[in-house]
Amino acid sequence: MSLDKDTVKNIAYLARMRVSDDKLEPLAGELSSIMDWIEQLQELDTDGVEPMASVSDVTLPQRKDVVTDGNCQAAVLKNAPDAVDGFFTVPKVVE
Amino acid sequence: MTKLTDLNIATARDGLAKGDFSAAELAEAYIQAVEAGRDLNAYITETPEVALERARESDDRRAKGDHIGAMDGIPIAMKDLFCTEGVLTTAGSHILDGFVPAYESTVSANLRSAGAVMLGKANLDEFAMGSANITSYYGPVKNPWKAKGGPSDGKDLVPGGSSGGSAAAVAGGLAMAATGTDTGGSIRQPASFCGIVGIKPTYGRCSRWGTVAFASSLDQAGPMTQTVQDAAIMLGAMAGHDPKDSTSAPIAVPDFETAITGDVKGLTIGIPKEYKMDGMDPQIQALWDQGIAWLKDAGCNIKEVSLPHTKYALAAYYIVAPAEASANLARYDGVRFGLRVPGDSLDDMYMNTRGEGFGDEVQRRILIGTYALSSGYYDAYYIKAQKVRTLIANDFKTAFQDVDAILTPTAPSAAFALGEKQDDPVAMYLNDVFTVPTSLAGLPGISVPAGLSSDGLPLGLQVIGRAFDEGTVLNVASTLESAAAFSAKPGKGASS
Repeated sequence: MSLDKDTVKNIAYLARMRVSDDKLEPLAGELSSIMDWIEQLQELDTDGVEPMASVSDVTLPQRKDVVTDGNCQAAVLKNAPDAVDGFFTVPKVVE
Repeated sequence: MTKLTDLNIATARDGLAKGDFSAAELAEAYIQAVEAGRDLNAYITETPEVALERARESDDRRAKGDHIGAMDGIPIAMKDLFCTEGVLTTAGSHILDGFVPAYESTVSANLRSAGAVMLGKANLDEFAMGSANITSYYGPVKNPWKAKGGPSDGKDLVPGGSSGGSAAAVAGGLAMAATGTDTGGSIRQPASFCGIVGIKPTYGRCSRWGTVAFASSLDQAGPMTQTVQDAAIMLGAMAGHDPKDSTSAPIAVPDFETAITGDVKGLTIGIPKEYKMDGMDPQIQALWDQGIAWLKDAGCNIKEVSLPHTKYALAAYYIVAPAEASANLARYDGVRFGLRVPGDSLDDMYMNTRGEGFGDEVQRRILIGTYALSSGYYDAYYIKAQKVRTLIANDFKTAFQDVDAILTPTAPSAAFALGEKQDDPVAMYLNDVFTVPTSLAGLPGISVPAGLSSDGLPLGLQVIGRAFDEGTVLNVASTLESAAAFSAKPGKGASS
């Protein structure tokens, strides 16, 4: 399984992660060697095997549908790099 | 009198109870040790004021005759993956610059209410991704041990990872014990490299709430200590059901300390034949054989077992863990906390922030995970890996019908020199070949220091148990500990 530069660029965009052009080629090499090694999984017959998402075989617990938290706007915003007037801010998205 | 920093949890507990010294004196001694040991880079943030305040509170409780917790007055290092209220929490990453949590993780809160004294936040691989503690934004951690002879003679060695700062702190006498987290071996492998005890409990035993997430279906917190008894004491203080973590097991925490009876007669110990790998270091094989002999002498029955899908565990892990990581790390967006690198548009700001904020290994894993989850590859990689995970978990289920615990080496080598294996991600991943299968199956596993390599470096043995049977794991580990009588210390060599 070989990943080329363009594929890496596309995955990096999907992950919203800037990867400089000079890093694409070496990354493609590294990721290809990792994926080549992972390819060994394909030799296993897994037909009819249930995929395991979690080892805990308990069903997810439910709690009462009531408010358990809140009124902590200042704490929520405390670590925001650019909070203004009680809001998180982002670059302008609507012209 | 013994130096205060030579004590362990059990002996310090006795000394504090008898009034031989105060928690404040103990904290002072460790604060000095932390300062003197800065060369190891074991801590990202030192918190001497917090330590002294909590130590004084502990002394007050004792003076007043209040309830004394299991960890009362015990100075520990907190892996910097646990959110600590009012104390910088970095996960070893640039992207969490300046993040001071407004809340406390459940594990660190449990330890605090058991009376533990936090000395600081221990260094780690960035987002716990690494096996050598070389991916931290805050620089690599040094192993307090040095090789004598051999290719690594006198060089700085890695402490293992990802809980490398925790392991180096305990081994170097910069903390009496430490918290770690283990996703694929991040407690056990550094414990082995640094000659200490580390247990990854059963998935669900410790709450994950407030712990920076790497791979949610695998992450578990556990103690890293000088002795097996200490591990039992500290695990008891960390564990417990937590409604805030839906995967936290709603079962009572047993008294782990009393599970260590020293009697393992009649237990059946499995030796998985697939762990005897081609090209295995003969020293590791010899240590394993020695462990088998010790348990036989203690009255255990030894039985060969088969875990036929072992060979595929690492490859499955390196799909499952990065896939979960790519989803978990999507939250670092430059909006709500941590680093923000400006950009012309929202996308631009995201990309700049994440491009600059994540280190190389974290970026690699996010890319692998994103790829494995992307349209067209999801079934071929992610679902396939999850199916292999089922097979691996079933292997253990079958084996545990016949045996009470499984004995293996912890890691395929002793600690290696800083800078080695750095250019080949797959070579680095192979460090976790013996620990990853246990993680995929969610089972408890402990590493116990059991011997020294020919160049004088510690080597660990791993004991794996049934789900929620940490008691047997600790008891068998304690038997190995007594038989090995491992007393070597870093820098001093074997003190026999």
